[in-house]
Amino acid sequence: MTATLIWILAVLVVIGLYLSWTAGRLDRLHTRIDATRAALDAQLLRRASVAQELATSKVLDPAASIVLYEAAHAARQAEEEQREVAESELSQALRAVFADAQQLDGVRVAPGGEAAARELTEAVRRVPMARRFHNDAVGAARRLREHRKVRWFRLAGHAPFPLAFEMDDEPPAALVDRAS
Amino acid sequence: MRIGIVCPYSWDVPGGVQFHIRDLAEYFLGLGHEVSVLAPADDDTPLPPYVVSAGRAVPVPYNGSVARLNFGFLSAARVRRWLHDGAFDVVHIHEPTSPSLGLLTCWAASGPIVATFHTSNPRSRAMIAAYSILQAALEKISARIAVSEYARRTLVEHLGGDAVVIPNGVDVDFFARAEPNPAWQGETLGFIGRIDEPRKGLPVLMKALPRIFAERPDARLLVAGRGDEKEAVADLPGELRARVEFLGMVSDEDKARFLRSVDVYVAPNTGGESFGIILVEAMSAGAPVLASDLDAFAQVLDQGAAGELFANEDADALAEAAVRLLGDPGRRAELRERGSAHVRRFDWSTVGADILSVYETVTGGAAAVAAEEDRGPTGLRSRLGLARE
Repeated sequence: MTATLIWILAVLVVIGLYLSWTAGRLDRLHTRIDATRAALDAQLLRRASVAQELATSKVLDPAASIVLYEAAHAARQAEEEQREVAESELSQALRAVFADAQQLDGVRVAPGGEAAARELTEAVRRVPMARRFHNDAVGAARRLREHRKVRWFRLAGHAPFPLAFEMDDEPPAALVDRAS
Repeated sequence: MRIGIVCPYSWDVPGGVQFHIRDLAEYFLGLGHEVSVLAPADDDTPLPPYVVSAGRAVPVPYNGSVARLNFGFLSAARVRRWLHDGAFDVVHIHEPTSPSLGLLTCWAASGPIVATFHTSNPRSRAMIAAYSILQAALEKISARIAVSEYARRTLVEHLGGDAVVIPNGVDVDFFARAEPNPAWQGETLGFIGRIDEPRKGLPVLMKALPRIFAERPDARLLVAGRGDEKEAVADLPGELRARVEFLGMVSDEDKARFLRSVDVYVAPNTGGESFGIILVEAMSAGAPVLASDLDAFAQVLDQGAAGELFANEDADALAEAAVRLLGDPGRRAELRERGSAHVRRFDWSTVGADILSVYETVTGGAAAVAAEEDRGPTGLRSRLGLARE
């Protein structure tokens, strides 16, 4: 009788440890999501800032300036629900403005333009990177959260179900051409 | 930035991953970052000052061949001590799915981890069995890098998740500035690689040779690499053997001169390649490249725009393309020019900057979260008060 009790107790302890370990795993994933989301926010903000700076610098023609300013402003001001759309529109605006490489050459010859062009190149390259890392973390957390043990024992607690950040982040071709 | 890099394979054995890590570490050191590389090595091998030995790798049968791996208490302890002493801002693991130092580091590390996947192994049985263990360790990786679109696809299919593609780096100018060797010039085909490793494709090239030599009476083949030379030419008619020259293992300098000298570089590999660094090196040196149409090769050669492709394992197609290239100096000059322009994207200045971007993205996000909720390491060990910090 005592032997059986001890066995039951031992099994319960093992299950408990396993669940605690899984909860720790999930907690770590949620921290990772927070970190990747913060990184993505920082990169998006940086891209919008550089775009806005370029738009107000008078190195672009007035039409391009207005298009870019509108999009960058909207991206910075967007509410959480409209964020993905606004950022996608900024990507499209950037692609339209820098559709031909001459526009970029124009920026480069302006005073301080070389630095601005470099910053923009870096920003449009890092946004897709940060987004991929974020969505990778979201995917990993979702796969774990859909598991029975996590649902039955409510190991995720009150953490909201993680959502991927979906947007068009295709950079302008002129800015990513590394051959030159 | 304090960067810790983990190399899964023995430092004393030459290999693509080891060279990649060496060049990467030296690039970051040149920029003024602090770099430490943890690698398996015999305790008496001389190591560069930035390499820390993780002890000797043990040969173990794994995944169909004998791999030299590090595991066990001693290695795990060395990994933990290295992490603790280094206090790295970011830890960069290479080949995290091999049951060696990479995986051990994944278990022990708590800060931001970046991982590069080099090979595109089909999923092994061991990996299926260990899937849940592997998954728990791989979840700690904040950013994944694949060396080619092909490697990324394998990664996505086998492990889920996603990765950014950053190619392997090459010091383009080192190859571009090498001095050609007149002895290696004049209708020469070049091949570099293990002679006795069938996947490197020398047998395919040997099958194509009689036809190439028949149509181009002055052509020669130069082979650089280890292996049994007699066996390699065993199937070749006796009178043609004199036109195949074996150079044995060559130094980095001679490799660059070799690639500068040959008229066509042939890469007949039949499989198992996830990137093809040798093609990038050949293009850097201005050698026109003729390669089998493996996915990875086609991508490095810009789908055939920067070098010619032939149907994999098809000796006739190889012979036909080689004869055509040897007889057409105009086409060779064109390939040279396109190759040299295309290869700039693989230069360390570009590749290194991209990898640094990944580090900065990852550490930036982690710092933001740490500042927000400043809490200690989570997980079972800290819950039970066992964490070492």
